[in-house]
Amino acid sequence: MSQRSVEGSGLRIYAILYLLFLYAPIALLPVFAFNSGTIIAFPLQGFTTDWFVQMWANATLRRALTNSLIIAVSSSLLATCLAIFAARASTRFEFPGKGGIMGFIMLPMVLPEIIVAMSLLVVLLGSGLSLSVLTVIVGHTLICMPYGIAILSTAFSSLDKSLEEAAYDLGETKWSAFRLVTLPLVMPGIISSLLISFTISLDEFIIAFFLAGNEPTLPTYIFSQLRFPKQIPMIMALGTVLVALSIVLLAVGEYFRRRGIARIGGKDNGGFL
Amino acid sequence: MSDGPKAMIECQDIHKYYGDYHALRGIDLTIREGEFFSLLGPSGCGKTTLLRTIAGFEDISSGAVLIDGKHMEDVPANQRPTNMVFQSYAIFPHLSVAQNVAFGLRRDPRGKAEKAALVEEALGMVGLKGYGNRAAHALSGGQRQRVALARALILKPKVLLLDEPLSALDRKMREQMQVELIKLQRQVGITFVLVTHDQEEALVMSDRIAVMFEGGIAQLDEPEALYARPRDRRVADFIGVMNFLPAQIIGETDSHVTVQVGGLGQVDLPHSQISRANPDDPEPTIGFRPETMTLIGPSQPHTQARETEAVIDEVVYYGDMTYYDLRLENVPEPVRISMRNVFGRDVQAVGTRTRLAWSPGSLVLFR
Amino acid sequence: MTKRIFDAEARQGYSLIAPPFVYALLILAAPLLTILAYSFLTDGYLEVVKEFTLENYAQVFSDPIVRKIMLRSLLVAGLVTLVTVVLAFPVAYYVSFMVRPERKSMWLFLITIPFWTSYLIRVFLWKVILGYNGVINSTLTGLGIIDEPLTFILYNVNSIVLTLAHAYAPFAILPIFVALEKIDRSLLEAGRDLGESRVMTFWRVTLPLAMPGVIAATLIVFIPTIGDYVTPELIGGGKIPMIANLIQVQMLALDNRPLGSALAVTAMSIVAVVSLIFLFLNRRFLKVRQ
Repeated sequence: MSQRSVEGSGLRIYAILYLLFLYAPIALLPVFAFNSGTIIAFPLQGFTTDWFVQMWANATLRRALTNSLIIAVSSSLLATCLAIFAARASTRFEFPGKGGIMGFIMLPMVLPEIIVAMSLLVVLLGSGLSLSVLTVIVGHTLICMPYGIAILSTAFSSLDKSLEEAAYDLGETKWSAFRLVTLPLVMPGIISSLLISFTISLDEFIIAFFLAGNEPTLPTYIFSQLRFPKQIPMIMALGTVLVALSIVLLAVGEYFRRRGIARIGGKDNGGFL
Repeated sequence: MSDGPKAMIECQDIHKYYGDYHALRGIDLTIREGEFFSLLGPSGCGKTTLLRTIAGFEDISSGAVLIDGKHMEDVPANQRPTNMVFQSYAIFPHLSVAQNVAFGLRRDPRGKAEKAALVEEALGMVGLKGYGNRAAHALSGGQRQRVALARALILKPKVLLLDEPLSALDRKMREQMQVELIKLQRQVGITFVLVTHDQEEALVMSDRIAVMFEGGIAQLDEPEALYARPRDRRVADFIGVMNFLPAQIIGETDSHVTVQVGGLGQVDLPHSQISRANPDDPEPTIGFRPETMTLIGPSQPHTQARETEAVIDEVVYYGDMTYYDLRLENVPEPVRISMRNVFGRDVQAVGTRTRLAWSPGSLVLFR
Repeated sequence: MTKRIFDAEARQGYSLIAPPFVYALLILAAPLLTILAYSFLTDGYLEVVKEFTLENYAQVFSDPIVRKIMLRSLLVAGLVTLVTVVLAFPVAYYVSFMVRPERKSMWLFLITIPFWTSYLIRVFLWKVILGYNGVINSTLTGLGIIDEPLTFILYNVNSIVLTLAHAYAPFAILPIFVALEKIDRSLLEAGRDLGESRVMTFWRVTLPLAMPGVIAATLIVFIPTIGDYVTPELIGGGKIPMIANLIQVQMLALDNRPLGSALAVTAMSIVAVVSLIFLFLNRRFLKVRQ
């Protein structure tokens, strides 16, 4: 017994240290975002909100934000729609070649992004299409889709197949059975998929960097500013806002996930992935 | 029986293939109106497939299903006059009890109040009056079962299909629901078709039972006939307990067969007491049920029945019953006899030399 | 007639899978095939000459700089994977075995949050920490421990490994956690019951059963790190390129698409070979267990 508790507390200390290691760099964000010194270094100078004001007034940043939001909203919607098709097909139907097709669709999850970005870029340049926000949406939809499929497959497969049959048996059509029974039950999964695709797209750098042409997105804007030391405090302020936003989005996603589980009386068995 | 109730479901030479797998092998079956009918068999025998075929969830490869005299080939499941109680109950977890029960009324033109009254009536019928506002996922297994029943019955189907409806319940609840289902069926008068692998459940509840093996119907009979006169060895093995003794056929006439039975001696059996042996084990055997023979204490007088000497090998006490495993002369395997523990009858000890009273009328010859 | 029924389900499946599949064909397969084709063509000035050649691959395999960068990428990705998986295992073990069930999802939530915050900013923060005027140096000089800022902590392979290990930490924990969660707890009790010590039970029961998770974690960390572009650029200061940076330079800066394509195809092949080795190991493990 005591051996176990010693082991447990040892591991516990390790796990907490590990969390500190995970969070330490992020904790620096607000520290320097509110620090009045122009150089990112200790000791701290004084409290200021100037960097947030400067950030708010920056026109390029606004443009980057608008672009990022357009890209993230479009690609999360597109990716989730496509993922609904794929997840339903893979959990509900058997057909020859299913494993291969699904494996291929999930491929972007295990392919270095640089390769996706470069090959798409080569094709786009070769075909004479101009780079824009649209091309980034195309790329982001591709890489978000597998995450959506992973989330939605879990949602679909945890669904009792006879629920839809029961609705059909009680006089509904195949489509209305799907709409009245399946859709509400996988809705938490759909929301999770949307949120996670949105977050991935908002953070994605490589594809945006190569496929956006002259249009800035948030990550490419941040990347371009990192070369200028005097811009760093503003980037720290921006980072603070982004991290806070991510945490809010994740918390909302987690809330929906738990509510979804509670609603159908299931058991909670872990996080997002 | 020919001028009895009319046929509700007719299955005509139904075949069903899954790829190369022959799941239903020529099912011919008539289920009568108002009957409590059971499809009984081990898992994989095709009973659920047949039920789903009747419901319209499975296409058939050949043959025909008629419900109430109408061909069902082009009628999808959502338009058939059947409703189903699923094995998992398939209660919609995101809806309340009342919304679940009212689910099938969505396309019904009647008014809200009228529908609410129907729901209340259906809930009352299954003993769930006042449960309408409960969340469906908060119900116990037995309550889900009742909601599933109410949800199906509210549509007044001609046939109610039940797919292993009691298998998820514990023993006490299951026995209680068996009785309730019988009562409910009598009350509503709808044809019930039950799929089960539990022979006891089928015997308790059904008017008639079809025993299925490997995609075909082995025997279709009333429970009593099925139990007393299993038509072949598989059915005998599947339903209840049956003892088997080696036998030798020594003579046959138009009216009866003369058999030398290991441990029991020579008997004459009429042709009505002859069933089929397993094709892969064609040696003739005699079968009998444990309760058809009686132990006679040493002090008891001789009876009219035939008697055989036996030694008690094992005693298994069950409270209301006692099982005795007996050794008969020249028979390697013991046979099992059950005795009711009525007033004044003592449980006998292992090793006791005793007499077994029996009558040829309870024997079945498998050959 | 049986054929028709079989096809009915398959047809529904195909029509559902069609939109995502066609999308992946157009946006993924077509471009990948294009760079595969390019990698066998000849580079002309500002254009690709349609002439079959193996010259690009010859260059990839003979050029010492390319070889050095490939090896460095493998080394960095290998080190990052090793560090991440070894550091992550105890955490996954702790959350799966020691944390009360109702608090597990909170722990997982805490572990995953950093993963969803801007990758770019997380990488950059390490530059802030390790840089010439960074947190470590300014603290140390401020405390009077050192007189001159340390220069060896940034712009080298170690700092790249540290940054990537931090960035991919949650990736490693989750698959191991999932594998550990699947272990039937009575197996461990059985191990103890059969007279094994706690350590031996861990060694003979827990670890083998967790192996599929460890291998999944290895792949999940290895694949993106070997193709990482941002970290060598920011933390390496552009002086310690990895495969991704090399591909980008060839494709865009030098406009040598055939060579860039050959590099990309080679990189993909390396990733595929490493993945197959690990998947094969995983299969071996599963076979041994049966």
